Amino acid sequence: MTEMIRLTAAQMAEGMRAGEFTSTELVQAHLDRIAAVDGGDRGINAFLHVSGEEALATAAEVDKIRAAGGGGTEALHPLAGVPIAVKDLIVTVGQPTTAGSKMLEGWMSPYDATVIEKVRAAKLPILGKTNLDEFAMGSSTEHSAYGATRNPWDLDRIPGGSGGGSAAAVAAFEAPLALGTDTGGSIRQPGAVTGTVGTKPTYGSVSRYGAIAMASSLDQIGPVARTTEDAALLHELIAGHDPKDSTSLVDEVPAFAQAARRQDVTGLKIGVIRQLQGEGYQEGVLARFQESLDTLRAAGAEIVEVDCPSFEYALGAYYLIMPSEASSNLARYDGVRYGRRVLPTDAPLTIERVMGATRAAGFGEEVKRRIVLGTYALSAGYYDAYYGSAQKVRTLIQQDFDAAFEKADVLISPTSPTVAFPLGEKLDDPLAMYLNDVATIPANLAGIPGISVPGGLADDGAGGQLPVGIQFLAPAREDARVYHAGAALERLLAADAEPLWARAPELQTPAAQTAGE
Amino acid sequence: MSEISRADVEHLAKLAHISMTEEELTTMAGELAVIVDSVKTVSEAVSAEVPATSHPLPLTNVFREDVVGEVFTEEQSLLNAPDAQDGRFKVPAILDEE
Repeated sequence: MTEMIRLTAAQMAEGMRAGEFTSTELVQAHLDRIAAVDGGDRGINAFLHVSGEEALATAAEVDKIRAAGGGGTEALHPLAGVPIAVKDLIVTVGQPTTAGSKMLEGWMSPYDATVIEKVRAAKLPILGKTNLDEFAMGSSTEHSAYGATRNPWDLDRIPGGSGGGSAAAVAAFEAPLALGTDTGGSIRQPGAVTGTVGTKPTYGSVSRYGAIAMASSLDQIGPVARTTEDAALLHELIAGHDPKDSTSLVDEVPAFAQAARRQDVTGLKIGVIRQLQGEGYQEGVLARFQESLDTLRAAGAEIVEVDCPSFEYALGAYYLIMPSEASSNLARYDGVRYGRRVLPTDAPLTIERVMGATRAAGFGEEVKRRIVLGTYALSAGYYDAYYGSAQKVRTLIQQDFDAAFEKADVLISPTSPTVAFPLGEKLDDPLAMYLNDVATIPANLAGIPGISVPGGLADDGAGGQLPVGIQFLAPAREDARVYHAGAALERLLAADAEPLWARAPELQTPAAQTAGE
Repeated sequence: MSEISRADVEHLAKLAHISMTEEELTTMAGELAVIVDSVKTVSEAVSAEVPATSHPLPLTNVFREDVVGEVFTEEQSLLNAPDAQDGRFKVPAILDEE
């Protein structure tokens, strides 16, 4: 029975339709898994909140409809009954939302995010809320106010960030599907270092209503899964126009899952971005990347090289735009209407002092750093040099992408320059941490879609082997292309070996850990 | 190296309404100087002719009919308030000093 958690979401859905198991059994198996591997000193710590009762109630509803057969069954969404985990940056009625911050500890949203409304309507049981870097600021999930998440491949390593909880939950078989948000790579980079699939949809194609804002012109909700097809199925479910989000596209939702099932890559032009390889990229990462290119070429894809000279400035532009927008968005945490309020004891109360003390106590170090950096970039005298220039770099990057997509259908690069690094290694060096996002950031600046799919294992420098992610990018609104290319690579690599997600090491339960000590 | 002094950070922290200790101010001045140094290349990359892009995709204004829709109840609005009284947000008294 526990093996059902090792199926893909599509297989789980099929298993329930075939009557092999019920949604209740499936949800219970995942809750048991979470109880076994998530807590304790060496637990994954992917979940900040588990909503077992609610998940089981949804599962029971699905099972009841199935058991009754007839009209209701046809109305069920293809993924009905398949459980899902949700990054704790996305608001949910009935479950706390903290954004990984002490500022929102215990905060209960009075409304559901649009993606949550869709997930509930499709009857996917929500297992709980997953850990993240505070307000999605980080690349390692170590900046969570509720402790770091561990990478299921190596418990002493980071699971990526900011969506490390969602990626780790999927990699550790605690959930087959999860929702994340990607502002500079926070779905794709955790996907890469945990051996899972993560997609950043075209900006505006999935409603951001109910995603706690970090940098509004960059943030995007997207799926995390074990396979490209699963990610595509979830993406189809959450996409679509939303009048509650003024940046929401009005386009029809394409058939992403169908694109993920296309077998042939003959004639597909894949552009290798010259600037996203070489210096700063680990040798093992580059070796797997090269093998991926060889594999795709052998299958009939045409590999061409493309130049994106402005990418050199993408990281700099991002680390000006993102904190600037974040400093504005996080101004709402003033201790008046919601969130924490701290009254200073050593001085008469003024608005400034109450706000200052509240924000000092509620925000962690990285959040404060980015707010102050954003305040600096937006301040008089520096605005043109920093924020204004960064917005111009954004234009140059869009132009680079436009030129590259004239030569290629999709672009390819390693998702992250390194495999998962040890917990704590880059915590005191913000700049080194920021470099992790070098390959993922350009897509956010231009609003285009990207996917990370597992590309094999590489040496971790300490005798182990860890996942490497391969990123595909496509023009805006052409998300189907990244699913086609991603699924092709996934299928080709699986022809030689078991899929990467199935090869994650066994996790010891806390009881087994104790016995082994 | 960029010139970001402890006093600069103190001013920025005040603008951002975050109280900071002496130690935090000093540490952050050092960190910000390094970060700003690494990102200032953006100003070298662009010229006056390059238009700025504030948003990845073109935006159009969104209008709706001016009718009352679903709104939060008083209870929902005050659900997460740090303090409330008589259906209102309650904030500390600040007018009887300074």
